[in-house]
Amino acid sequence: MAKTLYDKVWQAHVIDQIGDDSLIYIDRHLIHEVTSPQAFAGLNEKGRKVRRPDRTVGTMDHSISTRSLAIDACGPQNALQLNTLAKNCEEHGIKLYPVGHQKQGIVHVMGPELGLIQPGMTVVCGDSHTATHGAFGALAFGIGTSQVEHVLATQTLKQSRAKSMLIKVNGTLPVGITAKDIILAIIGKIGHAGATGHVIEYAGEAITGLTMEERMTVCNMSIEAGAKAGLIAPDETTFEYLKGREYAPEGSTWDDALAYWKTLYTEEGAQFDSVVELDAADIAPQVTWGTNPGQVIGVDAPVPAPDDFNDPIEKESAVKALAYMGLQPGEKLADIAVNHVFIGSCTNGRIEDLRAAAHIAKQGKVADSVTAIVVPGSGNVKKQAEAEGLDKIFLDAGFEWRLPGCSMCLGMNDDNLEVGDRCASTSNRNFEGRQGRGARTHLVSPAMAAAAAISGKFADVRDYQE
Amino acid sequence: MSETQLGFSQHTGIAAPLDQANVDTDQIIPKQFLTGVTRAGYGKHLFHDWRYLDLEEKQPNPDFSLNKPEHKGASILLARENFGCGSSREHAPWALADFGFKTVIATSFADIFYGNCINNQLVPVALSSAQMDTLFAAVSNDPTLKITVDLPSQTVSFNDTQLAFDIAEHHKNNLLKGLDAIGQTLELTDAITAFEGKQPAWL
Repeated sequence: MAKTLYDKVWQAHVIDQIGDDSLIYIDRHLIHEVTSPQAFAGLNEKGRKVRRPDRTVGTMDHSISTRSLAIDACGPQNALQLNTLAKNCEEHGIKLYPVGHQKQGIVHVMGPELGLIQPGMTVVCGDSHTATHGAFGALAFGIGTSQVEHVLATQTLKQSRAKSMLIKVNGTLPVGITAKDIILAIIGKIGHAGATGHVIEYAGEAITGLTMEERMTVCNMSIEAGAKAGLIAPDETTFEYLKGREYAPEGSTWDDALAYWKTLYTEEGAQFDSVVELDAADIAPQVTWGTNPGQVIGVDAPVPAPDDFNDPIEKESAVKALAYMGLQPGEKLADIAVNHVFIGSCTNGRIEDLRAAAHIAKQGKVADSVTAIVVPGSGNVKKQAEAEGLDKIFLDAGFEWRLPGCSMCLGMNDDNLEVGDRCASTSNRNFEGRQGRGARTHLVSPAMAAAAAISGKFADVRDYQE
Repeated sequence: MSETQLGFSQHTGIAAPLDQANVDTDQIIPKQFLTGVTRAGYGKHLFHDWRYLDLEEKQPNPDFSLNKPEHKGASILLARENFGCGSSREHAPWALADFGFKTVIATSFADIFYGNCINNQLVPVALSSAQMDTLFAAVSNDPTLKITVDLPSQTVSFNDTQLAFDIAEHHKNNLLKGLDAIGQTLELTDAITAFEGKQPAWL
């Protein structure tokens, strides 16, 4: 029977079948400070060891300041968590990229950057945006802390096979439309829980035409459609990206790996449990209007009314979301003022994202009413951006240029919004209170965020293309 | 009630209704409470933004379900579709369990949250939309209603109504036996070692 990419990666990792469950091997385990301390404490209580410290890599990202490299810059509780990670990594022989290290960064930015993620791997992390790494054709998914402990101790997880979903984005992307718009449009179409219980494979010309960073943006938000993971088949773009990276294989090992990676694709005639198709030509720059990522519209569409939804649950959700967001049905996004802009996160904190934002930023100045921050996804992204002079473009336009970290995506540090603030954000979740209690988040692409910073309202980035 | 420290069999209690879809883990336990390094003490911050009118948690929001006198002591939480979506934070089930919930009954659950519940002996019960309508109506009609969740028979019952639910066999077993999952897997160490021996050189 013809196999899907998911079939192939899954079957290559099954160690044992235990009833209706499989024990699967985990090739790469990424850890950070927030979801690991209790896992290490659990190991220590039982006197258990980390089975494969060489397969485990740590970084500091969630709880750190983006203004200072001091470990206690965000208070003693954050410092305790960061120091606990450092201590655990030291005791168990795990490589850690701490605050201030050139290679430190958001776990889903620095991991791929170092070549830690390769096609056909199984990758886990105590973070739901682990889905990012599916961009390499790796089966990558977020896990809870009990599972982090399980992987540390055994390098395995008990898992059930998920259902499969093919999402094809056909045709070429119009000018001004980005990977972020693709994934938001997909979530808008299938819904915030549309892929629950599924592993998505993204395909179609609009997907295969994306760079690796763009593919990461798409896969990153698979979880926002409820999916277990998102996959894109590896191809020349993938191999080109990986070659020469620190943890990528070399010499004849590279050749062997490459030969295997080239077998990782969905075979003709393979069956999916469900198939969704979109036309790239239909995708406009996306802006979320509600409090889950499925509540999204094109920048030129009016804010919807609850009565636009047939499903009673969606109708009810729309009523609540409009009230929280302080929006009226029929309002135009171009009339809605923002007072904060956040450019960064594991979704959109890579160098290409910053280039896209800078391209818009140099066409104006941040509006007086707006506070705009740019947070590179890693030390390496920051260094590259500075080498290209992007920091200067941002600073000259009135943006703040910060140190790498998760920052205002979730505000576990001091990058938080106040009640009533309205933010155009390149992050991944517009949940109530996500960026601060009572704050209102609109998810957009980096270019759209930069355009909002300049105009002080949502603006159509297609009007800024030179 | 016949819960043991090691496993869950059956639980009877009253329910608190949270009649909404897409309750995300940021709502269950907001980010500012995730800086802990232990599994304990998250219950007091459960649903912080909805439950309290102030940041210091001194003024309970009287309109929020968990604060209503008729739902005091609730050990069963009712919700709608996609409960526990968003962040993988296991602090969410830790907070629910620490608050005193033994089970969450909802139309559907997000995948990671569901797994986290299983690993914490917090029983996730998925009922159909129509079954949830029945349950919400019954609790609205009588908040003191005693509801029994019976895992071996996979039923939720109250008065003379019995609602059946599905749960994967391995999840059910784990909840019933409350086994040490890591200990079980460590017994398969030879198979894991053999698997590692067959992995290619680049991994």
